[in-house]
Amino acid sequence: MGKKNKIYLLAYALIIFLVPAIWKNNYHLMVLNIAALNIVVVIGLNLLMGFAGQISLGHAAFFGLGAYLSAIFTATFGFPLWPTIILAMVITGMVAYAIGIPTLKLEGHYLVMATLGFNIIIYILMIQLDGVTGGPSGFPGIPRLQVGGFVFDSDRKIYYLLWTISVGTLLLSLNLIHSRVGRAMAALSHNEIAARCAGIDTENYKVKVFVISAVLASLAGSCYAHYITFISPGTFSFFYSIQVVTMVLIGGIGSLWGSVFGAILLTILPEILHAVKEYNVLIYGIILMVVLIFFPQGLFPVVAGIFRKRKDEARSGMELVPGKGP
Amino acid sequence: MPEKVFQQNQTILETREITMRFGGLEALNALSFSIAPHQIVSVIGPNGAGKTTLLNAITGVYSPNSGEILFRGMPISGLKPFQITARGINRTFQQVQLFSNMTVLENVMVGMHPRTKSGFWDGLFHFASERREEKKIREKAETLLDFFGLLPKAYWMSAHVSIADQKRLEIARAMAGEPELLLLDEPVAGLNIRETEAMGDLIIKLKQTGQTIILVEHNMHLVMGISDWVIVLHHGAKIGEGRPEEMQKDSRVVEAYLGT
Ligand SMILES: Nc1ncnc2c1ncn2[C@@H]1O[C@H](COP(=O)(O)OP(=O)(O)OP(=O)(O)O)[C@@H](O)[C@H]1O
Ligand SMILES: [Mg+2]
Repeated sequence: MGKKNKIYLLAYALIIFLVPAIWKNNYHLMVLNIAALNIVVVIGLNLLMGFAGQISLGHAAFFGLGAYLSAIFTATFGFPLWPTIILAMVITGMVAYAIGIPTLKLEGHYLVMATLGFNIIIYILMIQLDGVTGGPSGFPGIPRLQVGGFVFDSDRKIYYLLWTISVGTLLLSLNLIHSRVGRAMAALSHNEIAARCAGIDTENYKVKVFVISAVLASLAGSCYAHYITFISPGTFSFFYSIQVVTMVLIGGIGSLWGSVFGAILLTILPEILHAVKEYNVLIYGIILMVVLIFFPQGLFPVVAGIFRKRKDEARSGMELVPGKGP
Repeated sequence: MPEKVFQQNQTILETREITMRFGGLEALNALSFSIAPHQIVSVIGPNGAGKTTLLNAITGVYSPNSGEILFRGMPISGLKPFQITARGINRTFQQVQLFSNMTVLENVMVGMHPRTKSGFWDGLFHFASERREEKKIREKAETLLDFFGLLPKAYWMSAHVSIADQKRLEIARAMAGEPELLLLDEPVAGLNIRETEAMGDLIIKLKQTGQTIILVEHNMHLVMGISDWVIVLHHGAKIGEGRPEEMQKDSRVVEAYLGT
């Protein structure tokens, strides 16, 4: 990671952790907490879209797997909290591997269909297996997040935990894309044939990135379950998958900072537009269309461009210049 | 660039009766030849003769329908492109295939992928070993760019440099994989006379480091000027091979070029 990114990251972390000192409204903090988790999902998805050239329409299912596995193992079976969250990530990762192996070996976009189908199946299972999941009425009484006896029982307390996870995810992901593996991923998403002939095992990388992407969604899902303490299938429907894809596109495919921007913007926006909340789906559709037509690189490069001289941009390399689109 | 050390075997690459069909078309027809190390071997032939298909078959982009390809005596047919690159064959493309979302330097750094090993965990946490390797990658890439005269443009986006620079960059990226055999598909197509001459000098300079090169080219002046050996393809079959001055006079070759 370059020096510039380190400074941005530091400034970002500083602002983030100062917010609760100034902002006293708990509801607003809750919205920001959800944004923190969305960022984790969206960064993971952007690694897949921007660095493996693939799209998943099933990230709600991975998010949901994390949430339900966490809920079931801790609340029903009394497993300890953090090992459960890790266990959920491992299981979700294995599920993603099983989906990725057959679909990503084929050329083309089979993953889209596979993940879409998977999302629908998981959603139906959440509703049908009501003995385990609580069915349509949901799963209540999930234990709260805690670290060494300290229970995160308010929006304010949990803010620091969730945003630490969120900023940490960004840090590690920025590290990753500025490494040998990240370069290989950027290469394969941009020009697969050249990447293969340059000695990159593209199939293997695609599967790995997909697994990482699903594991991050699972982590966010687990945190969500232990934060809200109640989950129901509606949260994990196909619509959330669309939402996170939209967040990636708004931020710009291949730009991790853009993902932060996209996730925060689209988490807060519906809260600002309270009156139209029922038209959520419609609004997302319109935003998606407008951005894809007028800003195919995402909105973030446009916003960032206001603060950035052209010269810088040419030098910034991979960070602001996204890979080839889907 | 360091001198290359080879075992003294006389053949670095051998194809045995390779055939490659696209539907009813035989793009390669029972093609057999072998290539000695440290030479520039040119593959020539009219449009559609199967030259690019041959390079695709050698690099594993296509799998031949039959026949065998041996690299340093080991069969490589059926291996995937990344495995073949790891064994020491690298290439450029007829249509430049750069990572145009990256800088000139980054393109060469990607080329070093098969000779380096930092993995996902190293990438996530930037361990000391990863940082050392990254430094090594950057330095080696800069050395290569210097050799290819591209160092001043190291931080340019690769899409923004001239076509001649892009062609050289592609070779630099291929050389970053430390190949024992370098395949060049029409390296001077689209270049002007001066750029063509410079590219010829560059290829000779590469050969002087001990590099084995297969050159696919239509520019006969270049081919006859720098090749040690010439193989002529027509309709996917070999219709002649020999020293450049012999091939220039060969009646079958002249006929294939002058049209049937
Ligand atoms: N992927 C493919 N599918 C179908 N036909 C192909 C494919 N690749 C090559 N061919 C055909 O195989 C034949 C040989 O093509 P190839 O590209 O190898 O020729 P070439 O010698 O490189 O020609 P040129 O000098 O024009 O580059 C041509 O008839 C071409 O149309
Ligand atoms: Mg060709």
